[in-house]
Amino acid sequence: MAATERHVRRRSERPAPAEAPAARPAAAGAVIDFDRVSKRYPSGDTGLDAVSFAIHPGEFVFLVGASGSGKSTTMRLLIKETEPTGGTIHVAGRDLSKIARRRVPYYRRNVGMVFQDYKLLPNRTVYENVAYALQVTGGSRRDIRDKVPDILRLTGLSLKLHSLPDQLSGGEQQRVSVARAFVNHPPLLLADEPTGNLDPETSIGIMQLLYRINRTGTTVVVATHDVEMVDRMRRRVIELSRGRVVRDERAAGYTARETTREFAIRMREDDE
Amino acid sequence: MRVGFFLREALRALKRNAVPSFAAMATVLVTVLILGVFIPVVQATTGAANEVRGRVIANVYLVRDADEKDVARVRNLLENDTPNVARVEFVSKDQAYAEQRRKNPDAYGELGEFNPLPHTFRITPDDPDNIAKVRNALAPLAPGGGRTVTDSAIDEVTNREEDTNKILSVTRAVKLTTALLAGLLVIASVLLIANTIRLSLFARRREVEVMKLVGATDWFIRWPFVMEGMLVGALGGLLAVLVLGVFKVAVVDPLTAEYALIAAPDTMSFPLLVAILLGAAVAVSAAGSGLSLRRFLRV
Repeated sequence: MAATERHVRRRSERPAPAEAPAARPAAAGAVIDFDRVSKRYPSGDTGLDAVSFAIHPGEFVFLVGASGSGKSTTMRLLIKETEPTGGTIHVAGRDLSKIARRRVPYYRRNVGMVFQDYKLLPNRTVYENVAYALQVTGGSRRDIRDKVPDILRLTGLSLKLHSLPDQLSGGEQQRVSVARAFVNHPPLLLADEPTGNLDPETSIGIMQLLYRINRTGTTVVVATHDVEMVDRMRRRVIELSRGRVVRDERAAGYTARETTREFAIRMREDDE
Repeated sequence: MRVGFFLREALRALKRNAVPSFAAMATVLVTVLILGVFIPVVQATTGAANEVRGRVIANVYLVRDADEKDVARVRNLLENDTPNVARVEFVSKDQAYAEQRRKNPDAYGELGEFNPLPHTFRITPDDPDNIAKVRNALAPLAPGGGRTVTDSAIDEVTNREEDTNKILSVTRAVKLTTALLAGLLVIASVLLIANTIRLSLFARRREVEVMKLVGATDWFIRWPFVMEGMLVGALGGLLAVLVLGVFKVAVVDPLTAEYALIAAPDTMSFPLLVAILLGAAVAVSAAGSGLSLRRFLRV
Protein backbone atom coordinates (compact mmCIF):
# COMPACT_ATOMS: atom_id res chain seq x y z
CA MET A 1 0.00 0.00 0.00
CA ALA A 2 2.23 2.74 -1.35
CA ALA A 3 -0.12 5.57 -0.49
CA THR A 4 -0.25 4.51 3.14
CA GLU A 5 3.53 4.39 3.33
CA ARG A 6 3.78 7.87 1.92
CA HIS A 7 1.44 9.07 4.61
CA VAL A 8 3.45 7.38 7.31
CA ARG A 9 6.53 9.13 5.99
CA ARG A 10 4.80 12.50 5.82
CA ARG A 11 3.55 12.16 9.33
CA SER A 12 7.02 11.45 10.63
CA GLU A 13 8.31 14.47 8.71
CA ARG A 14 5.95 16.80 10.51
CA PRO A 15 7.86 19.16 12.75
CA ALA A 16 7.41 18.37 16.42
CA PRO A 17 4.96 20.74 18.11
CA ALA A 18 6.90 23.57 19.68
CA GLU A 19 4.59 24.10 22.65
CA ALA A 20 6.05 23.93 26.12
CA PRO A 21 5.07 20.78 28.03
CA ALA A 22 1.88 21.09 30.03
CA ALA A 23 2.13 22.11 33.63
CA ARG A 24 0.46 18.92 34.80
CA PRO A 25 1.45 15.94 32.63
CA ALA A 26 -0.93 13.62 34.44
CA ALA A 27 -0.88 10.92 31.84
CA ALA A 28 2.52 11.48 30.30
CA GLY A 29 2.51 11.28 26.52
CA ALA A 30 -1.26 10.98 26.26
CA VAL A 31 -2.87 12.42 23.14
CA ILE A 32 -6.10 13.07 24.97
CA ASP A 33 -6.32 13.49 28.71
CA PHE A 34 -9.67 14.20 30.36
CA ASP A 35 -9.31 15.12 34.00
CA ARG A 36 -12.62 15.18 35.86
CA VAL A 37 -14.26 17.01 33.01
CA SER A 38 -17.83 18.19 33.55
CA LYS A 39 -20.18 19.91 31.18
CA ARG A 40 -23.46 21.26 32.37
CA TYR A 41 -25.68 23.01 29.86
CA PRO A 42 -27.46 26.24 30.75
CA SER A 43 -30.74 24.32 30.46
CA GLY A 44 -29.67 22.25 33.48
CA ASP A 45 -28.91 19.09 31.51
CA THR A 46 -25.70 17.32 32.34
CA GLY A 47 -23.53 16.54 29.33
CA LEU A 48 -20.58 15.12 31.23
CA ASP A 49 -20.10 14.50 34.94
CA ALA A 50 -16.48 14.38 36.16
CA VAL A 51 -15.24 12.20 33.34
CA SER A 52 -11.58 11.10 33.36
CA PHE A 53 -9.72 9.00 30.81
CA ALA A 54 -6.52 9.10 28.80
CA ILE A 55 -5.92 8.03 25.23
CA HIS A 56 -2.40 7.33 24.03
CA PRO A 57 -0.81 7.85 20.64
CA GLY A 58 -1.72 5.31 18.00
CA GLU A 59 -4.77 4.00 19.82
CA PHE A 60 -8.09 3.23 18.16
CA VAL A 61 -10.80 3.97 20.67
CA PHE A 62 -14.56 3.64 20.55
CA LEU A 63 -16.71 5.95 22.55
CA VAL A 64 -20.08 4.25 23.01
CA GLY A 65 -23.31 4.90 24.82
CA ALA A 66 -26.95 5.66 24.22
CA SER A 67 -28.12 8.98 22.87
CA GLY A 68 -27.58 11.70 25.43
CA SER A 69 -24.84 9.80 27.23
CA GLY A 70 -22.27 12.47 26.46
CA LYS A 71 -20.52 11.15 23.35
CA SER A 72 -21.22 14.19 21.22
CA THR A 73 -20.45 16.49 24.12
CA THR A 74 -17.04 14.85 24.42
CA MET A 75 -16.43 15.34 20.70
CA ARG A 76 -17.54 18.95 20.76
CA LEU A 77 -15.30 19.64 23.73
CA LEU A 78 -12.35 18.11 21.89
CA ILE A 79 -12.68 20.50 18.93
CA LYS A 80 -13.35 23.35 21.32
CA GLU A 81 -16.82 23.99 20.00
CA THR A 82 -17.95 24.32 23.61
CA GLU A 83 -16.13 24.80 26.87
CA PRO A 84 -16.25 22.43 29.85
CA THR A 85 -17.81 23.76 33.05
CA GLY A 86 -15.32 21.86 35.17
CA GLY A 87 -12.05 19.93 34.93
CA THR A 88 -9.31 20.19 32.35
CA ILE A 89 -8.78 18.69 28.92
CA HIS A 90 -5.30 18.20 27.53
CA VAL A 91 -4.75 17.38 23.88
CA ALA A 92 -1.14 16.56 22.96
CA GLY A 93 -0.09 18.03 26.29
CA ARG A 94 -1.93 21.28 25.69
CA ASP A 95 -4.59 22.61 28.01
CA LEU A 96 -7.55 23.42 25.78
CA SER A 97 -8.85 26.13 28.08
CA LYS A 98 -5.58 28.01 27.51
CA ILE A 99 -6.11 28.29 23.75
CA ALA A 100 -7.34 31.77 22.88
CA ARG A 101 -10.45 32.02 20.71
CA ARG A 102 -8.33 33.51 17.98
CA ARG A 103 -6.02 30.48 18.00
CA VAL A 104 -8.80 27.88 17.83
CA PRO A 105 -8.64 27.54 14.02
CA TYR A 106 -4.94 26.69 14.24
CA TYR A 107 -5.69 24.09 16.89
CA ARG A 108 -8.45 22.53 14.79
CA ARG A 109 -6.06 22.00 11.91
CA ASN A 110 -4.28 19.43 14.04
CA VAL A 111 -7.47 17.52 14.73
CA GLY A 112 -9.25 15.77 11.87
CA MET A 113 -13.00 15.64 12.35
CA VAL A 114 -15.56 13.41 10.65
CA PHE A 115 -19.26 14.08 11.19
CA GLN A 116 -22.37 11.96 10.96
CA ASP A 117 -23.86 14.38 8.41
CA TYR A 118 -20.54 14.65 6.49
CA LYS A 119 -20.57 18.48 6.54
CA LEU A 120 -19.22 18.85 3.03
CA LEU A 121 -19.31 22.16 1.17
CA PRO A 122 -22.29 21.65 -1.14
CA ASN A 123 -21.08 23.81 -4.02
CA ARG A 124 -17.69 22.23 -4.34
CA THR A 125 -16.52 19.08 -6.04
CA VAL A 126 -14.91 16.23 -4.12
CA TYR A 127 -11.50 17.52 -5.12
CA GLU A 128 -12.27 21.09 -4.04
CA ASN A 129 -13.74 19.95 -0.73
CA VAL A 130 -10.56 18.16 0.20
CA ALA A 131 -8.39 20.94 -1.21
CA TYR A 132 -10.19 23.49 0.97
CA ALA A 133 -8.71 21.94 4.11
CA LEU A 134 -5.27 22.58 2.65
CA GLN A 135 -6.08 26.06 1.37
CA VAL A 136 -7.19 26.96 4.87
CA THR A 137 -3.72 26.23 6.19
CA GLY A 138 -2.14 28.24 3.39
CA GLY A 139 -1.12 25.20 1.37
CA SER A 140 0.43 26.09 -1.98
CA ARG A 141 -1.10 25.02 -5.25
CA ARG A 142 1.67 22.52 -5.74
CA ASP A 143 1.05 21.12 -2.29
CA ILE A 144 -2.61 20.66 -3.15
CA ARG A 145 -1.93 19.08 -6.52
CA ASP A 146 0.46 16.74 -4.78
CA LYS A 147 -1.57 15.67 -1.77
CA VAL A 148 -5.23 15.73 -2.77
CA PRO A 149 -5.19 13.06 -5.50
CA ASP A 150 -3.10 10.94 -3.18
CA ILE A 151 -5.54 11.08 -0.30
CA LEU A 152 -8.47 10.50 -2.67
CA ARG A 153 -6.75 7.39 -3.94
CA LEU A 154 -6.31 6.21 -0.36
CA THR A 155 -10.02 6.70 0.30
CA GLY A 156 -11.03 5.12 -3.01
CA LEU A 157 -12.49 8.21 -4.61
CA SER A 158 -10.16 8.58 -7.59
CA LEU A 159 -13.01 8.26 -10.05
CA LYS A 160 -15.27 10.80 -8.34
CA LEU A 161 -12.87 13.74 -8.33
CA HIS A 162 -15.20 16.16 -10.06
CA SER A 163 -18.53 15.02 -8.64
CA LEU A 164 -20.51 17.30 -6.37
CA PRO A 165 -21.48 15.95 -2.93
CA ASP A 166 -25.14 15.50 -3.86
CA GLN A 167 -24.11 13.26 -6.74
CA LEU A 168 -22.47 10.83 -4.33
CA SER A 169 -23.84 8.03 -2.16
CA GLY A 170 -23.76 8.41 1.61
CA GLY A 171 -20.74 6.14 1.91
CA GLU A 172 -18.87 8.09 -0.72
CA GLN A 173 -19.68 11.39 0.96
CA GLN A 174 -18.37 10.03 4.24
CA ARG A 175 -15.18 8.96 2.46
CA VAL A 176 -14.75 12.52 1.21
CA SER A 177 -15.27 13.74 4.76
CA VAL A 178 -12.59 11.33 6.00
CA ALA A 179 -10.25 12.37 3.21
CA ARG A 180 -10.71 16.02 4.13
CA ALA A 181 -10.11 15.29 7.80
CA PHE A 182 -6.91 13.40 7.04
CA VAL A 183 -5.37 15.41 4.22
CA ASN A 184 -3.43 17.54 6.72
CA HIS A 185 -2.14 14.37 8.38
CA PRO A 186 -3.37 15.36 11.82
CA PRO A 187 -2.03 13.31 14.75
CA LEU A 188 -5.60 12.89 16.00
CA LEU A 189 -8.74 11.97 14.09
CA LEU A 190 -12.20 12.25 15.67
CA ALA A 191 -15.27 10.69 14.14
CA ASP A 192 -18.72 11.43 15.53
CA GLU A 193 -21.14 8.67 14.45
CA PRO A 194 -19.36 8.25 11.12
CA THR A 195 -21.58 5.32 10.17
CA GLY A 196 -24.80 6.63 11.66
CA ASN A 197 -26.45 7.13 8.29
CA LEU A 198 -24.89 4.20 6.46
CA ASP A 199 -25.85 0.59 5.80
CA PRO A 200 -23.73 -2.18 7.44
CA GLU A 201 -21.63 -3.04 4.40
CA THR A 202 -20.78 0.61 3.71
CA SER A 203 -20.08 1.07 7.40
CA ILE A 204 -17.48 -1.68 7.30
CA GLY A 205 -15.83 0.14 4.40
CA ILE A 206 -15.64 3.35 6.42
CA MET A 207 -14.32 1.52 9.48
CA GLN A 208 -11.73 -0.17 7.31
CA LEU A 209 -10.68 3.25 6.08
CA LEU A 210 -10.43 4.58 9.62
CA TYR A 211 -8.43 1.53 10.61
CA ARG A 212 -6.05 2.10 7.70
CA ILE A 213 -5.55 5.66 8.87
CA ASN A 214 -4.99 4.43 12.40
CA ARG A 215 -2.25 2.13 11.11
CA THR A 216 -0.28 5.15 9.86
CA GLY A 217 0.11 6.10 13.52
CA THR A 218 -2.82 8.48 13.81
CA THR A 219 -4.84 8.22 16.97
CA VAL A 220 -8.49 7.61 16.08
CA VAL A 221 -11.48 8.16 18.36
CA VAL A 222 -14.88 7.03 17.07
CA ALA A 223 -18.12 7.86 18.81
CA THR A 224 -20.87 5.42 17.88
CA HIS A 225 -23.90 3.60 19.19
CA ASP A 226 -23.39 0.74 16.77
CA VAL A 227 -22.57 -1.90 19.40
CA GLU A 228 -22.33 -4.73 16.92
CA MET A 229 -19.67 -2.90 14.96
CA VAL A 230 -17.74 -2.18 18.14
CA ASP A 231 -17.81 -5.80 19.19
CA ARG A 232 -16.46 -6.90 15.85
CA MET A 233 -13.67 -4.34 15.76
CA ARG A 234 -12.24 -5.57 19.06
CA ARG A 235 -10.66 -2.30 20.04
CA ARG A 236 -10.59 -0.28 23.21
CA VAL A 237 -14.08 0.81 24.27
CA ILE A 238 -15.04 3.66 26.57
CA GLU A 239 -18.69 3.49 27.45
CA LEU A 240 -20.54 6.54 28.70
CA SER A 241 -23.88 6.60 30.43
CA ARG A 242 -25.56 9.75 31.63
CA GLY A 243 -22.31 11.64 31.44
CA ARG A 244 -20.20 9.10 33.36
CA VAL A 245 -17.66 6.52 32.25
CA VAL A 246 -19.18 3.11 33.05
CA ARG A 247 -16.73 0.92 31.12
CA ASP A 248 -13.20 1.39 29.81
CA GLU A 249 -11.68 -1.81 28.55
CA ARG A 250 -10.04 -3.60 25.70
CA ALA A 251 -12.41 -6.06 24.10
CA ALA A 252 -11.49 -9.74 24.18
CA GLY A 253 -9.17 -10.93 21.47
CA TYR A 254 -7.62 -7.53 20.97
CA THR A 255 -5.44 -7.77 17.89
CA ALA A 256 -3.30 -4.73 17.48
CA ARG A 257 -1.04 -5.90 14.68
CA GLU A 258 -3.58 -6.78 12.08
CA THR A 259 -3.24 -5.77 8.43
CA THR A 260 -6.07 -3.90 6.85
CA ARG A 261 -6.89 -6.92 4.73
CA GLU A 262 -7.05 -9.29 7.67
CA PHE A 263 -9.13 -6.72 9.47
CA ALA A 264 -11.62 -6.51 6.60
CA ILE A 265 -11.88 -10.27 6.26
CA ARG A 266 -12.54 -10.67 9.97
CA MET A 267 -15.15 -7.91 9.95
CA ARG A 268 -17.09 -9.65 7.20
CA GLU A 269 -16.56 -13.19 8.51
CA ASP A 270 -18.29 -12.41 11.75
CA ASP A 271 -21.43 -11.69 9.80
CA GLU A 272 -22.44 -15.32 9.66
CA MET B 1 -1.91 37.84 1.00
CA ARG B 2 -3.66 35.36 -1.17
CA VAL B 3 -5.68 37.99 -3.01
CA GLY B 4 -5.97 35.82 -6.07
CA PHE B 5 -7.43 32.93 -4.10
CA PHE B 6 -9.91 35.15 -2.25
CA LEU B 7 -10.96 36.84 -5.48
CA ARG B 8 -11.57 33.51 -7.13
CA GLU B 9 -13.60 32.39 -4.12
CA ALA B 10 -15.64 35.60 -4.29
CA LEU B 11 -16.34 35.15 -8.00
CA ARG B 12 -17.35 31.54 -7.45
CA ALA B 13 -19.75 32.61 -4.71
CA LEU B 14 -21.24 35.29 -6.97
CA LYS B 15 -21.82 32.73 -9.68
CA ARG B 16 -23.35 30.21 -7.30
CA ASN B 17 -25.62 32.73 -5.62
CA ALA B 18 -26.69 34.67 -8.66
CA VAL B 19 -30.17 35.57 -7.42
CA PRO B 20 -29.33 37.01 -3.97
CA SER B 21 -26.29 38.71 -5.45
CA PHE B 22 -28.49 40.32 -8.05
CA ALA B 23 -30.92 41.47 -5.35
CA ALA B 24 -28.07 43.04 -3.38
CA MET B 25 -26.78 44.73 -6.51
CA ALA B 26 -30.22 46.09 -7.37
CA THR B 27 -30.53 47.48 -3.84
CA VAL B 28 -27.20 49.24 -4.16
CA LEU B 29 -28.21 50.55 -7.57
CA VAL B 30 -31.47 52.06 -6.36
CA THR B 31 -30.01 53.64 -3.22
CA VAL B 32 -27.05 55.11 -5.06
CA LEU B 33 -29.43 56.48 -7.65
CA ILE B 34 -31.54 58.17 -5.00
CA LEU B 35 -28.49 59.53 -3.20
CA GLY B 36 -27.05 60.72 -6.50
CA VAL B 37 -30.13 62.78 -7.17
CA PHE B 38 -30.60 63.92 -3.59
CA ILE B 39 -27.06 65.13 -2.83
CA PRO B 40 -27.02 67.82 -5.55
CA VAL B 41 -30.54 68.88 -4.60
CA VAL B 42 -29.49 69.32 -0.96
CA GLN B 43 -26.43 71.22 -2.03
CA ALA B 44 -28.37 73.53 -4.30
CA THR B 45 -30.86 74.21 -1.54
CA THR B 46 -28.24 74.99 1.09
CA GLY B 47 -26.36 76.99 -1.53
CA ALA B 48 -29.43 79.11 -2.16
CA ALA B 49 -29.98 79.48 1.57
CA ASN B 50 -26.38 80.58 2.06
CA GLU B 51 -26.71 83.11 -0.70
CA VAL B 52 -29.67 84.62 1.08
CA ARG B 53 -27.73 84.64 4.33
CA GLY B 54 -24.91 86.48 2.57
CA ARG B 55 -27.22 89.46 2.29
CA VAL B 56 -27.21 89.95 6.03
CA ILE B 57 -25.25 93.19 6.63
CA ALA B 58 -24.91 95.92 9.20
CA ASN B 59 -24.83 99.60 8.28
CA VAL B 60 -22.54 101.92 10.18
CA TYR B 61 -23.66 105.52 9.65
CA LEU B 62 -21.17 108.22 10.46
CA VAL B 63 -22.10 111.57 11.87
CA ARG B 64 -22.98 114.14 9.25
CA ASP B 65 -19.91 116.30 9.69
CA ALA B 66 -17.36 113.48 9.66
CA ASP B 67 -14.25 114.43 7.70
CA GLU B 68 -11.63 112.40 5.85
CA LYS B 69 -9.67 111.69 9.02
CA ASP B 70 -12.75 110.32 10.80
CA VAL B 71 -13.51 108.05 7.85
CA ALA B 72 -9.98 106.68 7.82
CA ARG B 73 -10.05 106.12 11.58
CA VAL B 74 -13.40 104.30 11.54
CA ARG B 75 -12.33 102.21 8.56
CA ASN B 76 -9.25 101.15 10.50
CA LEU B 77 -11.40 100.38 13.52
CA LEU B 78 -13.75 98.22 11.47
CA GLU B 79 -11.12 96.42 9.47
CA ASN B 80 -8.58 95.74 12.18
CA ASP B 81 -10.11 96.06 15.62
CA THR B 82 -13.57 94.57 15.29
CA PRO B 83 -14.02 90.79 15.49
CA ASN B 84 -16.24 88.74 13.17
CA VAL B 85 -16.02 91.22 10.31
CA ALA B 86 -15.54 89.63 6.91
CA ARG B 87 -15.89 92.54 4.51
CA VAL B 88 -16.13 96.29 4.83
CA GLU B 89 -17.59 98.39 2.04
CA PHE B 90 -17.44 102.15 2.15
CA VAL B 91 -20.26 104.15 0.63
CA SER B 92 -19.43 107.84 0.62
CA LYS B 93 -21.97 110.62 0.97
CA ASP B 94 -21.80 111.30 -2.77
CA GLN B 95 -22.15 107.67 -3.78
CA ALA B 96 -25.13 107.25 -1.49
CA TYR B 97 -26.66 110.42 -2.88
CA ALA B 98 -26.16 109.28 -6.48
CA GLU B 99 -27.63 105.91 -5.70
CA GLN B 100 -30.69 107.29 -3.98
CA ARG B 101 -31.18 109.84 -6.68
CA ARG B 102 -31.17 107.16 -9.32
CA LYS B 103 -33.73 105.16 -7.35
CA ASN B 104 -35.96 108.07 -6.51
CA PRO B 105 -35.31 110.95 -8.91
CA ASP B 106 -38.45 112.94 -7.95
CA ALA B 107 -37.77 113.24 -4.25
CA TYR B 108 -34.07 113.96 -4.61
CA GLY B 109 -34.65 116.34 -7.51
CA GLU B 110 -36.38 118.70 -5.15
CA LEU B 111 -33.46 118.64 -2.75
CA GLY B 112 -31.25 120.09 -5.36
CA GLU B 113 -27.59 120.03 -4.41
CA PHE B 114 -28.28 119.51 -0.70
CA ASN B 115 -27.10 116.09 0.46
CA PRO B 116 -28.69 114.84 3.71
CA LEU B 117 -26.99 111.45 3.61
CA PRO B 118 -24.04 110.46 5.83
CA HIS B 119 -21.01 108.41 4.97
CA THR B 120 -21.82 104.73 5.46
CA PHE B 121 -19.88 101.51 5.99
CA ARG B 122 -21.60 98.29 4.96
CA ILE B 123 -20.25 95.39 7.03
CA THR B 124 -20.61 91.76 6.10
CA PRO B 125 -20.01 89.49 9.10
CA ASP B 126 -17.94 86.32 8.73
CA ASP B 127 -21.01 84.32 9.70
CA PRO B 128 -24.53 85.74 9.41
CA ASP B 129 -25.21 84.47 12.93
CA ASN B 130 -22.54 86.86 14.24
CA ILE B 131 -24.25 90.00 13.06
CA ALA B 132 -25.45 90.87 16.56
CA LYS B 133 -21.93 90.54 17.96
CA VAL B 134 -20.58 92.96 15.39
CA ARG B 135 -23.27 95.43 16.25
CA ASN B 136 -22.64 95.10 19.99
CA ALA B 137 -18.92 95.59 19.49
CA LEU B 138 -19.45 98.86 17.67
CA ALA B 139 -22.41 100.12 19.62
CA PRO B 140 -22.64 98.48 23.05
CA LEU B 141 -25.91 98.59 24.90
CA ALA B 142 -25.93 101.43 27.41
CA PRO B 143 -27.00 100.71 31.00
CA GLY B 144 -30.04 102.97 30.74
CA GLY B 145 -31.30 101.41 27.50
CA GLY B 146 -30.37 102.69 24.05
CA ARG B 147 -26.87 102.42 22.71
CA THR B 148 -23.58 104.20 23.02
CA VAL B 149 -20.99 104.15 20.27
CA THR B 150 -17.31 103.24 20.49
CA ASP B 151 -16.15 106.00 18.17
CA SER B 152 -17.37 109.55 18.29
CA ALA B 153 -17.59 109.71 14.50
CA ILE B 154 -20.16 106.88 14.43
CA ASP B 155 -23.69 108.08 14.56
CA GLU B 156 -25.63 104.84 14.50
CA VAL B 157 -25.25 101.10 13.79
CA THR B 158 -28.27 99.31 12.32
CA ASN B 159 -28.75 95.85 10.97
CA ARG B 160 -32.31 95.77 9.73
CA GLU B 161 -33.20 93.52 12.58
CA GLU B 162 -36.44 92.06 11.35
CA ASP B 163 -35.12 91.09 7.93
CA THR B 164 -32.05 89.59 9.45
CA ASN B 165 -33.91 87.49 11.97
CA LYS B 166 -36.32 86.23 9.37
CA ILE B 167 -33.56 85.28 6.98
CA LEU B 168 -31.58 83.55 9.67
CA SER B 169 -34.46 81.47 11.02
CA VAL B 170 -35.76 80.47 7.60
CA THR B 171 -32.39 79.41 6.22
CA ARG B 172 -31.63 77.56 9.43
CA ALA B 173 -34.86 75.61 9.09
CA VAL B 174 -34.11 74.80 5.46
CA LYS B 175 -30.62 73.58 6.28
CA LEU B 176 -31.79 71.51 9.23
CA THR B 177 -34.56 69.85 7.21
CA THR B 178 -32.32 68.90 4.32
CA ALA B 179 -29.61 67.63 6.69
CA LEU B 180 -32.19 65.53 8.50
CA LEU B 181 -33.55 64.12 5.26
CA ALA B 182 -30.06 63.34 4.01
CA GLY B 183 -29.22 61.60 7.29
CA LEU B 184 -32.37 59.49 7.18
CA LEU B 185 -31.71 58.54 3.59
CA VAL B 186 -28.16 57.44 4.34
CA ILE B 187 -29.33 55.35 7.31
CA ALA B 188 -32.07 53.78 5.20
CA SER B 189 -29.59 52.91 2.45
CA VAL B 190 -27.13 51.32 4.85
CA LEU B 191 -29.86 49.27 6.54
CA LEU B 192 -31.32 48.18 3.24
CA ILE B 193 -27.99 47.07 1.84
CA ALA B 194 -26.94 45.37 5.09
CA ASN B 195 -30.23 43.50 5.23
CA THR B 196 -30.01 42.27 1.67
CA ILE B 197 -26.47 41.07 2.25
CA ARG B 198 -27.50 39.38 5.46
CA LEU B 199 -30.21 37.48 3.62
CA SER B 200 -27.78 36.18 1.06
CA LEU B 201 -25.36 35.24 3.83
CA PHE B 202 -28.03 33.45 5.81
CA ALA B 203 -28.44 30.99 2.97
CA ARG B 204 -24.76 30.15 3.29
CA ARG B 205 -24.39 29.93 7.04
CA ARG B 206 -23.90 26.17 6.95
CA GLU B 207 -21.03 26.61 4.56
CA VAL B 208 -19.42 29.08 6.95
CA GLU B 209 -19.88 26.65 9.83
CA VAL B 210 -18.14 23.87 7.92
CA MET B 211 -15.27 26.18 7.04
CA LYS B 212 -14.81 27.02 10.69
CA LEU B 213 -14.79 23.35 11.68
CA VAL B 214 -12.12 22.59 9.11
CA GLY B 215 -9.90 25.16 10.79
CA ALA B 216 -10.36 28.30 8.70
CA THR B 217 -9.61 31.55 10.51
CA ASP B 218 -12.31 34.20 10.63
CA TRP B 219 -10.55 36.41 8.13
CA PHE B 220 -9.88 33.53 5.80
CA ILE B 221 -13.64 33.07 5.58
CA ARG B 222 -14.42 36.75 5.66
CA TRP B 223 -12.19 38.04 2.88
CA PRO B 224 -14.07 36.36 0.02
CA PHE B 225 -17.33 37.71 1.43
CA VAL B 226 -15.91 41.22 1.73
CA MET B 227 -14.60 41.05 -1.83
CA GLU B 228 -17.94 39.75 -3.01
CA GLY B 229 -19.57 42.73 -1.31
CA MET B 230 -17.11 45.06 -2.97
CA LEU B 231 -17.80 43.57 -6.38
CA VAL B 232 -21.56 43.79 -5.87
CA GLY B 233 -21.26 47.37 -4.59
CA ALA B 234 -18.99 48.42 -7.43
CA LEU B 235 -21.27 46.90 -10.05
CA GLY B 236 -24.45 48.41 -8.55
CA GLY B 237 -22.73 51.77 -8.07
CA LEU B 238 -21.36 51.75 -11.60
CA LEU B 239 -24.77 51.08 -13.12
CA ALA B 240 -26.36 53.79 -10.97
CA VAL B 241 -23.67 56.30 -11.97
CA LEU B 242 -24.24 55.38 -15.59
CA VAL B 243 -27.94 56.10 -15.24
CA LEU B 244 -27.16 59.36 -13.43
CA GLY B 245 -24.77 60.37 -16.19
CA VAL B 246 -27.37 59.76 -18.86
CA PHE B 247 -29.93 61.69 -16.80
CA LYS B 248 -27.50 64.59 -16.38
CA VAL B 249 -26.64 64.85 -20.05
CA ALA B 250 -30.19 64.36 -21.28
CA VAL B 251 -32.23 66.32 -18.73
CA VAL B 252 -30.23 68.48 -16.33
CA ASP B 253 -27.68 70.05 -18.67
CA PRO B 254 -30.25 71.51 -21.09
CA LEU B 255 -32.17 72.94 -18.12
CA THR B 256 -29.23 74.59 -16.32
CA ALA B 257 -29.09 77.19 -19.04
CA GLU B 258 -32.55 78.37 -18.07
CA TYR B 259 -32.85 77.81 -14.35
CA ALA B 260 -30.31 79.33 -12.03
CA LEU B 261 -31.03 77.04 -9.06
CA ILE B 262 -29.95 73.93 -10.92
CA ALA B 263 -26.69 75.61 -11.83
CA ALA B 264 -26.08 76.75 -8.26
CA PRO B 265 -22.35 77.38 -7.98
CA ASP B 266 -22.09 75.47 -4.69
CA THR B 267 -23.06 72.13 -6.23
CA MET B 268 -20.11 69.77 -6.39
CA SER B 269 -18.77 68.75 -9.77
CA PHE B 270 -20.13 65.61 -11.37
CA PRO B 271 -16.86 63.63 -11.31
CA LEU B 272 -16.49 64.27 -7.58
CA LEU B 273 -20.08 63.17 -6.99
CA VAL B 274 -19.47 60.01 -8.98
CA ALA B 275 -16.31 59.24 -7.02
CA ILE B 276 -18.06 59.71 -3.68
CA LEU B 277 -21.05 57.59 -4.68
CA LEU B 278 -18.89 54.76 -6.01
CA GLY B 279 -16.66 54.84 -2.95
CA ALA B 280 -19.65 54.78 -0.61
CA ALA B 281 -21.33 51.93 -2.52
CA VAL B 282 -18.21 49.77 -2.37
CA ALA B 283 -17.41 50.62 1.24
CA VAL B 284 -20.94 50.07 2.54
CA SER B 285 -21.34 46.76 0.70
CA ALA B 286 -17.95 45.48 1.84
CA ALA B 287 -18.50 46.54 5.43
CA GLY B 288 -22.04 45.14 5.34
CA SER B 289 -20.80 41.75 4.18
CA GLY B 290 -17.96 41.64 6.65
CA LEU B 291 -20.06 42.71 9.61
CA SER B 292 -23.13 40.62 8.82
CA LEU B 293 -20.89 37.59 8.71
CA ARG B 294 -19.83 38.04 12.31
CA ARG B 295 -22.93 36.37 13.64
CA PHE B 296 -22.25 33.20 11.70
CA LEU B 297 -18.59 33.02 12.61
CA ARG B 298 -19.28 32.11 16.22
CA VAL B 299 -18.78 28.38 15.90
